[in-house]
Amino acid sequence: MFDSNSGFMYALTAIVIAFVIAQSVYFLYRALKRAKELGMDMGKIKKAMVSTAVFTIAPAVSILLGVIALSKSLGFPFPWLRLSVLGALTYETSAAASAASVMGASLSNAITDPQVFVTIAWVMTLGIIVSPIFVCLFGKKIEGGITKIKDRDSKWGDIFMDGLFLGMISAFLGVVFADVSTGLTGWIPVFVMIASAIIMLICGALKIFLKAKWIEDYALPISLLGGMALSLPITDFVNSLV
Amino acid sequence: MKENKNMQTLNYRDQVHHFGRIWTVIALFLFIMVPVAICVYTGVWPKAGDLLKGLLSVAPIFWTVGAIEVITYVPMLGTGGSYLGFVTGNLTNLKVPSALNAMQNMGVEADSEEGEVVSTIAIAVSAIVTTVVIAGGVLLLAQIRPFLESEMMQPAFDNLLPALFGGLAVVFVSKNWKIALAPMIFMIVLFVCVPSLAGSVGVLVPVGALIAIAVARVLYKKNLL
Repeated sequence: MFDSNSGFMYALTAIVIAFVIAQSVYFLYRALKRAKELGMDMGKIKKAMVSTAVFTIAPAVSILLGVIALSKSLGFPFPWLRLSVLGALTYETSAAASAASVMGASLSNAITDPQVFVTIAWVMTLGIIVSPIFVCLFGKKIEGGITKIKDRDSKWGDIFMDGLFLGMISAFLGVVFADVSTGLTGWIPVFVMIASAIIMLICGALKIFLKAKWIEDYALPISLLGGMALSLPITDFVNSLV
Repeated sequence: MKENKNMQTLNYRDQVHHFGRIWTVIALFLFIMVPVAICVYTGVWPKAGDLLKGLLSVAPIFWTVGAIEVITYVPMLGTGGSYLGFVTGNLTNLKVPSALNAMQNMGVEADSEEGEVVSTIAIAVSAIVTTVVIAGGVLLLAQIRPFLESEMMQPAFDNLLPALFGGLAVVFVSKNWKIALAPMIFMIVLFVCVPSLAGSVGVLVPVGALIAIAVARVLYKKNLL
């Protein structure tokens, strides 16, 4: 019988997470050093760091919920590890569920058969491992391509980058509408998105009228948390109508 | 002077590629060693057939999405941000918005060296804070679990992505609404008509980008941008 919450599993998780923290600290140190060399405004960078930290909390809690959900079947350490490095909530759950079903198991029960657990662990690891390999192999070439576009025509280069951003944002805005055909409850994500957009617009207006630059720094965390908070009364209201 | 700065940028980026690859290779080795260590510890190894069947059900889609994410996100995140972001994961829901927001607030372009530095800082901070939040959450689980898993809080976490992209869209769409219109309409119509595509949104990101870039090219050629 395999104990997915054993000290051994926690030790493995601690080693990998410590490594990734060390990597983050090293990259942070190098980037801050370079920012100083470039003469960038370190006060503004400090503000950007605080704003990023605040913004990160809500998505991180959502990742924690993913850890809790997967912990019922795989214990705490392994989902904690998978969702702290490489993985993403959407991927890890479906990879674990697919591997479990191949073994005739289900994620609704604790996995205690070592054969099932090691198969799930291998599938979750190998299924997601390619992205960093691609970055090592092709990252420099992709950057070179962007530099070439910029060198040829810098204005078009900037527009090209905006096109990339907007392509990503439009795909995730589109997916918010995926459930609208199911009825009024399917519109809840759309209403939440609109609420978040309105909060962002209010932040923009306040920044201009109150001349408060700090609002810009915190506008994204404010609109994210505001949108999430408003999803509660929005959901209640929509449910009262159906 | 500008040429000198370009040379320095090149040298800095080369250095980042160098140490970025070293860190990534060690990280990949560690990630692979986790299931190896579990197998050695338990004395049980997966059967090749089971592993293959399990991988076949996830790898084709996730390896494709992985390749597409690299092509799409590397230009946005810069060199350091890409090496760190792809190792620490949670790109779409966390690292990419963090980097875009930080660059926007600092007023720097994604493909400049300043943008590269800011993106790396944002991703590093985000990775560290995420680890701290999850560690704190696991340690305080007994206290916070009833609140996090309460029925009342469920809609908030179900609607994280709409709440995130609603705000982000205002910032970027307002800057370039002429380019944004066509891919947004296309994606909304597509997802309304084929809701099952919601699970493959990662594959559709480059489709949106291609539409946006094609529209931008036409508008640019007609001097409308």
